[in-house]
Amino acid sequence: MNNFAASFKKLLQYPSAMAGIFVILVMVAVSIYTMITIPYPEAIRLWRGGEEVWYQNPKFAPPAWFNFFSRKKYSESFAVSTAEGGIEKTAVPGNDGVTTYTMTYEFDFNYDVYPQDMILYFNSAFKAKQPFMAVEWITPDGRTIRVSNFAIGNQYTYRFSQDDKLAAKLRAEEPILALFSDPQTGGIVKGTYKLVVTGTTFEPESNVDVEFVLHGQVYGLAGTDHARRDLTLPLLWGAPVALAFGLIAAIGTSILTMVIAAVGTWYGGWIDQLVQRITEVNLVLPFFALMIMIGTFYSRSIWVIISATILLNIFTGAILGYRAVFLQVKEAMYIEAAKAYGASNWRIIFRYLIPRMIPLLIPGLVQAVPAFVFLEASLAVIGLGDPVLPTWGKIIQDAQANGALYKGYYYWVLEPAVLLVITGLAFAFLGFVLDRIFNPRLRDV
Amino acid sequence: MSTRIDEPVETLLSIQNLHVWYELRRLGFNVIGHVKAVNGVSFELGKGETVAVVGESGCGKSSLMKTILGLNIPTDGELSFEGKNLAKLNDAGLRDYRFEIGYVQQDPYGALPPFMNVEQILEEPLIISGVTNKTERLERIRKIMAEVKLHPVNDFLHKYPHMLSGGQQQRVVIARAMVLEPKMIVADEPVSMLDASVRVEILKLMHTLQEQHHLSVIYITHDLSTVKYFSARIFVMYAGSLVEKAETRRLLEYPLHPYTHALLAATSDPNAANAETYKSVPPGEPPSLADPPKGCRFHPRCSKALAGLCDVKEPPDFEPEPGHFVACWLYES
Repeated sequence: MNNFAASFKKLLQYPSAMAGIFVILVMVAVSIYTMITIPYPEAIRLWRGGEEVWYQNPKFAPPAWFNFFSRKKYSESFAVSTAEGGIEKTAVPGNDGVTTYTMTYEFDFNYDVYPQDMILYFNSAFKAKQPFMAVEWITPDGRTIRVSNFAIGNQYTYRFSQDDKLAAKLRAEEPILALFSDPQTGGIVKGTYKLVVTGTTFEPESNVDVEFVLHGQVYGLAGTDHARRDLTLPLLWGAPVALAFGLIAAIGTSILTMVIAAVGTWYGGWIDQLVQRITEVNLVLPFFALMIMIGTFYSRSIWVIISATILLNIFTGAILGYRAVFLQVKEAMYIEAAKAYGASNWRIIFRYLIPRMIPLLIPGLVQAVPAFVFLEASLAVIGLGDPVLPTWGKIIQDAQANGALYKGYYYWVLEPAVLLVITGLAFAFLGFVLDRIFNPRLRDV
Repeated sequence: MSTRIDEPVETLLSIQNLHVWYELRRLGFNVIGHVKAVNGVSFELGKGETVAVVGESGCGKSSLMKTILGLNIPTDGELSFEGKNLAKLNDAGLRDYRFEIGYVQQDPYGALPPFMNVEQILEEPLIISGVTNKTERLERIRKIMAEVKLHPVNDFLHKYPHMLSGGQQQRVVIARAMVLEPKMIVADEPVSMLDASVRVEILKLMHTLQEQHHLSVIYITHDLSTVKYFSARIFVMYAGSLVEKAETRRLLEYPLHPYTHALLAATSDPNAANAETYKSVPPGEPPSLADPPKGCRFHPRCSKALAGLCDVKEPPDFEPEPGHFVACWLYES
């Protein structure tokens, strides 16, 4: 309808509304992008995955752009492997089926903070005789440290930090620190480090591959949590969950509230009385406490949460507000005319009463969205979120459970919190302006 | 235009001793009395006949009209349309009855839903009456819009009520009442909210439509000056009952009931001399319909009231001349 087109055109005059719309559109775009690139089953698999999925990541690592603001540079994480070609691998065949593999990897290390750990993951194929590996570490100042040598099975993991023999050899408590330090000064040595893994296989068909993982102190765009999970996953997936929850709850409650108010007002009598009494009872029920009870005793599924939210939010003060307006519209002359030409009760409710209310509905609907987004997050923070879905509230819950603020992992709490606040503000800004446009009492005051 | 009364016409609407009482409740359930809005009204309306119901505000005109439209349920009395008693109709029958009568309201702006355009407004009765074919609906909308002179039709189809002038809005209201091709129109003060310049046009339009479609019209007004445009008969209503029924010219020239006299005297004409004179109006206020005076309801304000008769017994209809009924003891002989 052109009335609405004109009203929405007025939005352009308000920068805050434009900012709100921009943020909402970006969120919608991000949500669509997320759901296409990380489909739901994949997201769940990653989010619930343990060490086998996330072994390449450090724990509790702030995002990599942290270095940009910090004078001390924190080492970044990386993972390279011979299978993917990141590590050079040369094979020299010898006598009696013996093959010697040389796998070398050079990398620049110009940071001020030691990495968390270094790990070698071996994969080998053999029938009876195990391949034998020797690991050497060449520092930028030319020292060659023979780290270790060992025979490997089909799968073998070597952790530098847990090698007591290496620690003894380097006369250090932490082998990682010793490997990156100058033995005289104890300071960190910057430059190009070289890792050389020499492997020997004893059977003609044998093969060996290695993956070198360095757990730095910072990681990726969003950092990682206590389970080495990349926080970009829940941050990205939190957007569609928050948007969907907020919008479904807001639209569901607004429309049901309006329809019930219209039906009650139109038919009057006991139906109207019933609606009002239910509203009065519902108004004194503690909503959040009820949600906690449902989450604790019944189910934490997102569908149960959203259904309960909608049900408990139908009979609120809004129904009384709508009722007041419907009582007025009910007496309109055009309703009398509609009755005179035989319009049915349902036709009058849906074609004549409710359209009159839409200008009131839209601002309220938009303003209700942040409340529901925060509700979902609040439930997640106190541990009553959907156990499967990665959401913003869940990140905060994990952070809180792991003492993030106490230990100084501020990024862990701030990232989801900032996104929640931005989302809330975007809808609030848009809602205020819509209210201003649609609600004549606020116009030009 | 008043000759039609003498021709034998088929009766379309017949009302016998109609009562419409509203309950007065205390605390929402305790009935403490009734507002007797319509109290014993009887008349017959022929096919193609036009009648004006005249009376001051609060005399029960609107209640009578709403009962005829089927919006109010009569407390007592019988209302039959084409021989069918409305009280005995089922829901489907009542719907069909509603399609047979058009309703033209007083305030054209309030009568049109502000969120629909003209096309949607005129389409609604057609959809409700079961015209499923969109092209047929549009055709009928265009036809009726041309008849009420909303030219050019295409310009008006997509306009909203607030974009139209008062006269154009009233034309849309008339078109909506006419779009189902009803047999009878109930017009509730159709011109009282319009500019004087537009009134005559709208009345002439209604007159044209009435003649073309051979419509029966019940024209409800408090303004006698607009009655003569197309009503064959006038019913004067006072405090819930019809006090005088007569042919238009006869009633305007030889009014019998004292209340009709007063009503005619109060009718204003654009005459400069009127500014200098006071008109004699009956003293007092119209009576409360919840507690009307005993006997003739007009007697407390009537200068010719006969003590001992008018304040005791309710007058029946007398017929001092053929076709001229008056409920007043003065014409008992």
